Amino acid sequence: MLTAEDKKLIQQTWGKLGGAEEEIGAEALWRMFHSYPPTKTYFPHFDLSPGSDQIRCHGKKVVAALGNAIKNLDNLSQALSELSNLHAYNLRVDPVNFKASRERDGNGDRFLSQCLQVVLATRLGKEYSPEVHSAVDKFMSAVASVLAEKYR
Amino acid sequence: MVHWSAEEKQLIASVWAKVNVEQCGAEALARLLIVYPWTQRFFDNFGNLSSPTAIVGNPKVRAHGKKVLTSFGEAIKNLDNLKGTYSKLSELHCEKLHVDPENFRLLGDILVIVLAAHFTKDFTPACQATWQKLVGVVAHALAHKYH
Repeated sequence: MLTAEDKKLIQQTWGKLGGAEEEIGAEALWRMFHSYPPTKTYFPHFDLSPGSDQIRCHGKKVVAALGNAIKNLDNLSQALSELSNLHAYNLRVDPVNFKASRERDGNGDRFLSQCLQVVLATRLGKEYSPEVHSAVDKFMSAVASVLAEKYR
Repeated sequence: MVHWSAEEKQLIASVWAKVNVEQCGAEALARLLIVYPWTQRFFDNFGNLSSPTAIVGNPKVRAHGKKVLTSFGEAIKNLDNLKGTYSKLSELHCEKLHVDPENFRLLGDILVIVLAAHFTKDFTPACQATWQKLVGVVAHALAHKYH
């Protein structure tokens, strides 16, 4: 459950990204494809080479969606409703790919969350404190839950 | 047996050479207890774990974190025989400590984030991929003797 303090930390952290959101999205995806190669199976139609426009574009979309979620932390379900439908009915990405580690199931991995957090940590260094880390992890977990809500 | 390319071995060694095991181990364990508070269940006798500040400053957490990461260093020296290296520790974690192996995966991911925060842009995607692989195989080796 996101506390008031968590919400504040998340919004503050997002505020520190200073317009680099697009790059951050692209980098998170790039890292995900490299650390977790099976994630590439969802993008057979993409050019996955370094500097790919498609990765950049998609990264921007992902980060914009997260940014929107961050503006609506009190109502994530509603804010992410369209995306939730999309992931459930069209994309059908196995939830393991975006679940954060708080999801306790047999395969509770957290690929996108992990990679996004690594990108944030490389950019924020010490400022990616344990408290910030915790708040962001909880946030990504909440987003993943909402996205997986309508799967079945 | 896990295969490690020359590049992967190099990425592991070059990062490890710059890691302060005591500092990094303490930080990784503290973050585990902060970010995933249910992991505190294994450390009832550690004293004050009531807040992030308390956890970060807790001397038992620091000492244990150093122990854990020192053991990780052993893995790095024995990349070609991780299961053998961790055989006894695996039995210990199963039979005496009763630790769910999921916790090894959690700690592994936290370690990667700690390294990322420490090395910032030097923690490249190739570096991360290698270290994600490493923490994954270490977790697997630690879980290997579970029954």
